[in-house]
Amino acid sequence: MSEDLNRERDGEAFVLRVEGLTRYFDVSPPWLNRVIERTGKRIVRAVDGVDFAIRKGETFSLVGESGCGKSTVARLISGLYEPSAGAMHFGRRGDSGEKLRVQMIFQDPYASLNPRWRVADIVAEPIRVYNLCPDAASRRRRVGELLEQVGLSASDGEKFPHEFSGGQRQRISIARALAGEPDFLVCDEPTSALDVSVQAQILNLMKDLQREYGLTYLFISHDLAVVYHISTTVGVMYLGRLVEWAEKKTLFSDPRHPYTRMLLAAIPDLGMSGKPRTPVAGEVPSPINPPPGCAFHPRCPFAEERCRREVPQMRSVGGRYVSCHGVEEGRIPDEDALVPMNGERQ
Amino acid sequence: MLSQSRFADSLRRFFDSDIWYSFKSSRVTVAAAIVTAVMILTAIFSPWIAPQNPFDPASLDLMDAFTPPVWYEDGVPKYLLGTDDQGRDMLSALMYGARISIFVGFVAVLVSMLIGVTLGVIAGYVGGAVDALIMRIADIQFTFPAILVALLVDGIMRGILPKEVHDDLVLVVIILALGVSGWPQFARTVRGSTLVEKNKEYVLAARVIGLKRSTIMLSHVLPNVLGPVLVIGTINLAIAILGEATLSFLGVGVPPTEPSLGTLIRIGNDFLFSGEWWIVIFPGLTLALLVLSVNLLGDWLRDALNPKLR
Repeated sequence: MSEDLNRERDGEAFVLRVEGLTRYFDVSPPWLNRVIERTGKRIVRAVDGVDFAIRKGETFSLVGESGCGKSTVARLISGLYEPSAGAMHFGRRGDSGEKLRVQMIFQDPYASLNPRWRVADIVAEPIRVYNLCPDAASRRRRVGELLEQVGLSASDGEKFPHEFSGGQRQRISIARALAGEPDFLVCDEPTSALDVSVQAQILNLMKDLQREYGLTYLFISHDLAVVYHISTTVGVMYLGRLVEWAEKKTLFSDPRHPYTRMLLAAIPDLGMSGKPRTPVAGEVPSPINPPPGCAFHPRCPFAEERCRREVPQMRSVGGRYVSCHGVEEGRIPDEDALVPMNGERQ
Repeated sequence: MLSQSRFADSLRRFFDSDIWYSFKSSRVTVAAAIVTAVMILTAIFSPWIAPQNPFDPASLDLMDAFTPPVWYEDGVPKYLLGTDDQGRDMLSALMYGARISIFVGFVAVLVSMLIGVTLGVIAGYVGGAVDALIMRIADIQFTFPAILVALLVDGIMRGILPKEVHDDLVLVVIILALGVSGWPQFARTVRGSTLVEKNKEYVLAARVIGLKRSTIMLSHVLPNVLGPVLVIGTINLAIAILGEATLSFLGVGVPPTEPSLGTLIRIGNDFLFSGEWWIVIFPGLTLALLVLSVNLLGDWLRDALNPKLR
């Protein structure tokens, strides 16, 4: 994390500060194949030096194309993966000095609940593990409360997961996450498997719960409309790196990084404003062999020699954090000029 | 009260289920189930329903040896299916023999299941070197015929146990031999299912909560990989019963004083060409019928539990 970034965000109550977070995956063929075929190890750089900070009570969203590493960040923060390098500094809960409690909500509501367990047992599991209720009766009461809180009825605890719809299952997932009395919820595309109408219900439920318990969310999504609805802060990821992050309004109204602009320009426009929509051009390069310098340079209309050589650093520019040589040098034109330029490129 | 309604609930669900329907609509399966049930019940209750105790030398009369079945002129109603060379009533010997065969088969399959499922879940969930070690051992054992492995285990036990101890433990040794020879199949299947389950999000959720690895394997992964185990278990039951019969036929199984079906076939084999066919044919038929029924049940179970065939 760059110096000025630390300065600007210090003094506020951080829930999480991430510095140089990196995760490599070894996807090499077996040792014998490598020896015979004389190939080296193959390393996927799923997350490659990501810096950001999340304040208490906010919703920090990570967006990006498939394979950009946003889910890996979610799993690193929830502790499912160990980072290869970098650090995650969690805040403390209240005065107790205990580490913040992180829970996670998953993408696929059909896979995230154990099909052999009754719903009440699923929701009660974190309560049992953390010893939050002294006896079975109070635990059962608590499970009933939680189920009602997420819009189900207490008697639903007797049923099995397969008796519920996708949206209801996601509510059960949320109830399970809440049962652990978390401070921080990692949500890995919690609505992308749901119908649009159900998506809105789940998002509103999550917002209500956030207000009630002062929860902090890390929200992973590829759906910019959903992100706009729920976030306070948005980060854009590209090929394992964070390219730009800012307050939601700043980012959506005045994106600076060429990749952010490309993503936002591709959002369907229901108002039929007549604004020409630019499809996202090009494809994401392989994270096994990322381009040198700025990972985005092969697709960037403003790429120069320096972009091909030098990895850009995260800098604070006008209330947002951008890692782009072009923005730094002030040679990226205003957004209006961008659209026809992109259009010509096809 | 609550658990009672839950039980009634699951019972009702069972009779509503696809599985019960597919069972009812397959006549072969119903017949196989009836035959298996009758044989198992007869085996369990043989001490009370058998006309004679064939294991008790005092109740045998050598003068009655080689009595033919009752529909022959020389037959007597006391011995419905005739007697063997010791004067043992064939019907009673069959009941007691099936009892031993089925008991050995069941327990041997349970032993294979216990070893195989445990190692399979560990190999699949832990992965890495542990996985490689367990599965290579399974591969190596797969290259030997199961009966050879059973003979090997039996031979080793004979070597390390004194003779008197071995005679007392002969059933345990056979069960162990058959159990050890059958585990790789369970391990392979369970490992495969575990690999699928361990990346499902409910397992990840359990990891985020901070459960221990052993708890996750036991309470989350295990219940979800047991489906195919039931099918392999049923088919392996038939194989284990046959395996016990083979061992006994080869003379390394249960002793002739307490014969299983295989031992009876071996005894009868000596008299096959001297005209006393009933001594070998009845145990042979019983064994064939038993193994066939169990196999048919296993086949049906495999199809019924396979969602792709529904």
